[in-house]
Amino acid sequence: MVTLESLPHLPPVVGSVPTDGVFSLLWLVIALPALGAAILLIGGKRTDKWGHYLATAAVSASFVLSLVLFFGLLGRDGEERQVTQHLWDWFTAGSYQVKFDLLYDQLSALFLLLITGVGSLIHVYSIGYMEHDERRRRFFGYLNLFVASMLVLVLAADYVGVFLGWEGVGLASYLLIGFWQHKPTAAAAAKKAFVVNRVGDIGLSLGTALIFVTFGSTSFAVVSAASSQASDGALTGIGLLLLLAACGKSAQFPLQTWLLDAMEGPTPVSALIHAATMVTAGVYLIVRSNFIFSLTEDARTAVIIIGCITLLMGAVIGCAKDDIKKALAGSTMSQIGYMVLAAGLGPAGYAFAIFHLLTHGFFKANMFLGAGSVMHGMNDDVNMRHYGALQKAMPVTFATFGIGYLAILGVPPFAGFWSKDKIIETAFADNVLVGLCALVGAGVTAFYMTRLMLMTYAGTKRWEKGVHPHESPKVMTVPLIALAVLSALGGLLTLNGWISDWLNPVVGEHEEHHLAIPAIVMSLIILVVVAAGVAVAWFLVGKKPIPKVAPTEVSVFTKAARADLYGDAFNDAVVIKPGVAGIGALTTFDTTVVDGAAEGTATVFAAMSAQFRLLQNGFVRSYALALLAGATVVVLALLAVNFG
Amino acid sequence: MSTEPFVILSAILFTIGCIGVLTRRNALVVFMCVELMLNASNLLLITFSRANGNLEGQIAAFFVMVVAAAEVVVGLAIIMTIFRTRRSASVDDASLLKY
Amino acid sequence: MNDFPWLSLLLFLPIVGAIVLVLLPASLGTLLPKQLALGTSVATLAVGIAMAANYDTDSSKVYQFAEQHEWIKSFGAHYALGVDGVGLTLVMLTVILAPVVMLASWNDGDQGRWSSKAFFAWMLALQGLAVGVFAATDVFLFYVFFEATLIPIYFLIGGYGGANRARAAVKFLLYSLLGGLVMLASVIGLYVESAKTDAGATYLVGELAQLDFGTATGRWLFLGFFIAFAIKAPMFPVHTWLPDTTAAATPGTSVLLVSVLDKIGTFGMIRFCLELFPEASRWATPAVVVFAVISIIYGALMAIGSDNIPRLIAYTSISHFGFIVLGIFVMNSQGLNGANLYMFNHGLSTAALFLVTGFLISRRGSALISDFGGVEKVAPVLAGFFLVAGLSSLSLPGLSPFVSEFLVIVGAFSYSEVAAAFAVTGIVLAAIYILFMYQRTMTGPTREEVSGFSDLNVREVASLAPVLLLIVVLGFFPKPLLSVINPAVDHTLQQVDKTDPPPSVDPLAPGTSGHSAEGSHE
Repeated sequence: MVTLESLPHLPPVVGSVPTDGVFSLLWLVIALPALGAAILLIGGKRTDKWGHYLATAAVSASFVLSLVLFFGLLGRDGEERQVTQHLWDWFTAGSYQVKFDLLYDQLSALFLLLITGVGSLIHVYSIGYMEHDERRRRFFGYLNLFVASMLVLVLAADYVGVFLGWEGVGLASYLLIGFWQHKPTAAAAAKKAFVVNRVGDIGLSLGTALIFVTFGSTSFAVVSAASSQASDGALTGIGLLLLLAACGKSAQFPLQTWLLDAMEGPTPVSALIHAATMVTAGVYLIVRSNFIFSLTEDARTAVIIIGCITLLMGAVIGCAKDDIKKALAGSTMSQIGYMVLAAGLGPAGYAFAIFHLLTHGFFKANMFLGAGSVMHGMNDDVNMRHYGALQKAMPVTFATFGIGYLAILGVPPFAGFWSKDKIIETAFADNVLVGLCALVGAGVTAFYMTRLMLMTYAGTKRWEKGVHPHESPKVMTVPLIALAVLSALGGLLTLNGWISDWLNPVVGEHEEHHLAIPAIVMSLIILVVVAAGVAVAWFLVGKKPIPKVAPTEVSVFTKAARADLYGDAFNDAVVIKPGVAGIGALTTFDTTVVDGAAEGTATVFAAMSAQFRLLQNGFVRSYALALLAGATVVVLALLAVNFG
Repeated sequence: MSTEPFVILSAILFTIGCIGVLTRRNALVVFMCVELMLNASNLLLITFSRANGNLEGQIAAFFVMVVAAAEVVVGLAIIMTIFRTRRSASVDDASLLKY
Repeated sequence: MNDFPWLSLLLFLPIVGAIVLVLLPASLGTLLPKQLALGTSVATLAVGIAMAANYDTDSSKVYQFAEQHEWIKSFGAHYALGVDGVGLTLVMLTVILAPVVMLASWNDGDQGRWSSKAFFAWMLALQGLAVGVFAATDVFLFYVFFEATLIPIYFLIGGYGGANRARAAVKFLLYSLLGGLVMLASVIGLYVESAKTDAGATYLVGELAQLDFGTATGRWLFLGFFIAFAIKAPMFPVHTWLPDTTAAATPGTSVLLVSVLDKIGTFGMIRFCLELFPEASRWATPAVVVFAVISIIYGALMAIGSDNIPRLIAYTSISHFGFIVLGIFVMNSQGLNGANLYMFNHGLSTAALFLVTGFLISRRGSALISDFGGVEKVAPVLAGFFLVAGLSSLSLPGLSPFVSEFLVIVGAFSYSEVAAAFAVTGIVLAAIYILFMYQRTMTGPTREEVSGFSDLNVREVASLAPVLLLIVVLGFFPKPLLSVINPAVDHTLQQVDKTDPPPSVDPLAPGTSGHSAEGSHE
């Protein structure tokens, strides 16, 4: 049982201050990109010429509106910083009412800025990146659809509304991973992503159902108000089911395998969906459901364990990948592991989870777009063994990527330093083992990112024939610069503890954690570990020439990391192969046993009548004999009845 | 007067007719055997009519005779036609109406 | 306006149209009969919309637009029509899909065993009879319509379609007749039981619902109806006729069969099983729930393993019908509302899926998934429609089937967590069967055989677009349907004497005090 006495405060209640003034435009934030998507996807070829501008304009307009709303929120008192906009009643069944409501509070405000801000930059970047693709209009249509769905996800005021956005981003992700669907690998990766996400959706479906059964409603307002009265079992159940959902969407262990395959999509997609926004939806879900998780220690422990496992797994996978995007994808997994871990720490960690989510959104989008810029110059080659010495050829890309690199390493004063250190500190305050996991993860992160930097930008030229690296056009570099600036300055969000204060009304007050050692010493320790990671990378990768073909005689650990720690092999052996065999057996069962029973009955009757038919042989005298036999039987029967 | 001899005679006639129908191939003979069986039953009807002292059995016998006469008309016509077309009066040859 | 015989008009308008069609001389060509048929079904749709507009959601009457005339007095049989919310939605589904199907199968009747005129005449007749089934409020009349619908669908399957159509038609007919026979026993049983009462024999649903049949009799009668409806629906293990039939029939016939006629099964479960035999329904619930969950998983797994597109869609329907039956028998307002809504939504999504894959198959001349590949490249509009139809079949939020499937899962969860947990695996399996099919047909390198495909033409787009539009609109705004379904569900729940379980936490109690929280922690 949760010891409520040990919690200083009950989780805050989601209020329902109706919208007024500028906030009544809230729906427009979603409607603009949704309309853009509809025009582009239904309009067809007619919109080919100007479609990408329309899409970019729609998202940018959403961003401007988000800024206006954000400042509107800043201008209010802490208590009134949550507004609810009722759009329409979605569905009603008996006492169960689901309304189409939007909730704009401190948490969704930050997400709005991240999604539309980074989204706009990536739209601009894509204008250049997708310039030569004949289906560019469709790409922008999908991107707009994604942005609209993601906004629904973070603005919904009801778990069912979250589900709508949740699946909407899943659909957009499916469409965009499989954008180059003439490639069978892309089509397969897209399907895999959707299906694995659906496994997570089991959690969200059942979690929502359990919420309804427990609270009689699924709106945040009702659930947050009543959560403290729910039984332990219900809360833990809801928590674990929501965690399953988060695992699917955020590529957390054991549903992590789809993310690496998802790199089949165009690079801007990887930056927007599979780094900055969609994959962090799981973290959003946990933080948004703080009124559940704050009250259930057991579910939080599970969250922490999942976070720890994934942050180490992702980091290890990132170490062994030669594909620049897959290395970054491993890193994304790992960084989201940090966020999930932070979210699992409860009220002490929620704000830092969101903080790291934002800074990660900046620097990882920056690096993915940088990787896209490199690929753009290298004829879409993703193998880092074919890179090298790109520092001179692509100065802007190098500089911006470098800032992202420093940010993810956690070098002060870049953004990652502020957010990651906070998580590691809080983790140590909670449990030394968890803290150690996070610390080791930071070291490994330093290793693989340094390896990536060295293989791409330093060393000798290992370019393939006919490749002439060049800097990307302005339309691509300007978003890079903007994201680099954000990566550098993202730490300002925590100036005077602003972000914690800002989010506290949503996630709940908490006592300051107490570390045995001063924070500055902790930071120094982390920096030492990071430096060690960099040094190891320098000695293992930077000092030696890099072979153009990956060496095959490597340690067991490298092999395991290259095989994504056997996640796919495990799924294949445990789920897919038995599944295929089972379906084969079931098909046989259906045709032989189930249908066989029906068809068999028919066959038996047909065979019987074939035999009886032979009696009708056409010989009059045999009919007469049958007649006689029949009459005899009747007579005998009569005799038996009368005299027997 | 005892009815027993008549009943026995009727049974003998019926049995002869029955065996004839079952064993003979010639349609005309089969036909005559059928008539024999009908007459055996007629004999029985009249016997019991007499024994019981009412006329119902005799009426029934007349009915049988009328039916038998009608049957002869139709049956002989069929047998004649078959004989004309197939040059055979064997009932086994006319076995086309089968499965 | 409510005295106007709306339902009789809806019932007889298409049937009269069918008779006129048959009487037209062959010298008039093939186009005029088609236009006449489409015109009749559009007119019926217009009448249907006008009727729906007159439906009063606040009315205290159970059945609206009621008509009642004595038919066979000695049986107590009446010509009695009337609809509640459930009947209304299904009547509307019928009249909406009929013109869509006719437009989509414009040329499908040309190569049949009989003329295309007969094809359209049978379709019209089927439309009229289906309205009769959903509107009958007399068990005897229902039974007559129930069996009568078999005639047109038998000729539609057996006369037009693929190679195995004759065999498929016979298999379908035998299954349906078997179900009908079992039901006939129960229908006769109802007469015997109702004749025992003082009021005398009656077949009116409203009067039968007041009777108490006693435990044993009620259960036997229930079983008779249930078996017939389970075959119709179809549920595992009496489902095998459906894949065989859809594989042989034309897409339009499959739509009418799966989207409309199979709903008679689930409709009958609500109207007759639950409302006439509440005690027996409660008694049978655990077993039915188990079979429903098996149907969900079994149908989905079989769909994954199918290489034949119409067979695959048939198996998906078996899975979806599992959800509907589950929603009906958990007997709470979420489950029943979800199930009722599901019937309508499944009709739309399956219709879209059958029609769009029908267009695909007609271009290739093969129904095997393995014969396609990379169609998206040459026919992007076709691929887009296919994807949307598929996504609606896997219940993507934002498309109409989501609301219904979600409500069924919620309803099932309040009945039994285990049942819901098993049922919910259906959503993963649905993603696999739909996307696996899409992946193998639409994506990848374009195969040579499909490279000459033309994209959808205007007629094909015109037949699909209304269905998809309806799917999207009802996904966000299902209120028009739910506002008529909710009162009907309340009535059904009242009949089976069930009330919704209250939430474990009282939402009205203030949750701010730690002490009050202590009370609920045990």
